[in-house]
Amino acid sequence: MKYAAKRIAMLLVTMVIVSFLAFAAFSMISGNAAEIMLGTQATPERLAALEKELGLDRPLLVRYGAWLAGFFTGDLGISISYKQPVGELIAPKVLVTLCLSVLSFLLIAVLAIPLGVWSARRSGGRLDGVRTAFNQLCMAVPPFFTGILLTWLFSTTLKWFTHGRFPELGTDFLGALKYMLFAAVSLAIPRIAMTVRMLRSTVLEEMQKDYVRTAISRGNDRAGVLYRHVLKNALVPVVTFLAQTMAEIVAGGIVVEQVFAIPGLGRLLVASISNRDYPVVQAIVVILAFWVVLAGTVADLINQRIDPRLRLGGGS
Amino acid sequence: MRRMNGYLKAGLLLTGFLAALIILGYFWTPYDPTAMAVGPKTDAPSLAHWMGTDNFGRDIFSRVLKGAGMTFAIALSTVAIGAVCGTAVGALTGYFGGVVDDALMRFNDALTAFPSILLALVIISVLGPGSKYNVVLALGIVFIPSFARVTRTAFAALREVNYVKSARLMGAGNGRILAVHILPNTMQVLLPAITIGFNNAVLAEASMSYLGIGVTPPDASLGYMLSEAQSMFTLAPWYAVGTGLVIILLVFGVGLIGEGLQRRGNEVA
Repeated sequence: MKYAAKRIAMLLVTMVIVSFLAFAAFSMISGNAAEIMLGTQATPERLAALEKELGLDRPLLVRYGAWLAGFFTGDLGISISYKQPVGELIAPKVLVTLCLSVLSFLLIAVLAIPLGVWSARRSGGRLDGVRTAFNQLCMAVPPFFTGILLTWLFSTTLKWFTHGRFPELGTDFLGALKYMLFAAVSLAIPRIAMTVRMLRSTVLEEMQKDYVRTAISRGNDRAGVLYRHVLKNALVPVVTFLAQTMAEIVAGGIVVEQVFAIPGLGRLLVASISNRDYPVVQAIVVILAFWVVLAGTVADLINQRIDPRLRLGGGS
Repeated sequence: MRRMNGYLKAGLLLTGFLAALIILGYFWTPYDPTAMAVGPKTDAPSLAHWMGTDNFGRDIFSRVLKGAGMTFAIALSTVAIGAVCGTAVGALTGYFGGVVDDALMRFNDALTAFPSILLALVIISVLGPGSKYNVVLALGIVFIPSFARVTRTAFAALREVNYVKSARLMGAGNGRILAVHILPNTMQVLLPAITIGFNNAVLAEASMSYLGIGVTPPDASLGYMLSEAQSMFTLAPWYAVGTGLVIILLVFGVGLIGEGLQRRGNEVA
């Protein structure tokens, strides 16, 4: 419990630092937000008036405080290009991106762990080199390329889903999931390959340890030792890796949402970067950053359940 | 030279072949990559047009060569920035240690937790999207922490080994110890890190250009070309397939080199 409390406190501190850095970076350049909004109609008086209206004339720390509070009250400012409150703009897209990420993550976890164990058991065999090469090949496939091919195969040719017509998440949840499944698959392929490679090497390393030799010398069979003892120990680094994967999926989703025309956070982020719509960029970046840091924290908490050494504060 | 293994050989062969093609592409392409109507529109791959032609009758093989050249150059310069700055930071903090080391590494750990694409997008939106130099700068900065982390560990581990101590006793300065005695021995971790960094750079650049915030016309990189190819996929599927294959082969080749280097390292250790 004490460990958990400490870890959550650390999470909060990290979030404050990250959000401040994001805020400061964008404030440096978006001081001219009023200028972008007014465009050619900018006169010094109008500029000053709008800056006052937007609160840009206040000191940085005051603005940061107000902005941070906005995450709890839902008031994140007004989008420059959509002229809509940022909160309203983002809220429905958070859910879409969340669904896509979770779907992709489940695919990775469900497929990669058995595949990794299988690959470790088969290591040193005749086809080991071929499997490693195939693994490297899967890692080399960019998700947006798979996306283009899957769109062509399942949308243009087989008509399983209509590209560009994303079903409303609230009204047709299953339809939306079906649409997202293809995006999730293209995101998952390289990450599955990486997880398999990672799990394979940790299992093999663990199999070299003394306790495995002891267990086998006492008459246990290799498979039994693998599933009863080794897997649990090999899982600790894999859990950390999966947390990183969660973060990578969210980032990879930015591109894949574009390929499949899924109206999620990533698409909005890219459009907002092109439009220099900084209030939106700022808010999305902080939400994604929170997601990343949260995943890391959850992984640490899970690991400390698996490995009692971490609970006692020692190293592993 | 230590023993080569199969992965290393296959990787070097594939990468060498692609690099030769790319270098050739800087000087000569079969057709002008931007000239329209050098052949019939949306022509399937043939002897005259190895990867076919697109909607405007441009030769795709020539375009891919040029685009790969841009992607290759960006990835190389990015990795150079990341490796040089990262190694410098890692060497100084790992070798000297102390409070600066602690503080920098905490910061570093926080940064490496973030996916490189996300960081690059943040930096590029600060620098301004749509310029190849900003792409290089953004990705270069993003890769510094991971290189710093890898090299710091190596430098810290080698700080107190006997040959370093004896060099110090003989009066070698810190600069000489770092550059001449320790740096060559960190290659075992640095080289695989470079291959991983290169692949991340290729994929990140391609993603950003695909999104339209990386390399923008008149320059063209493989990522930008894929976004172009997606819109004409039904008419000229070979455009997307050719472009995508080049990305995959490039990353695959360098990935094999990395795998080979790592295995060789493990054998020695």
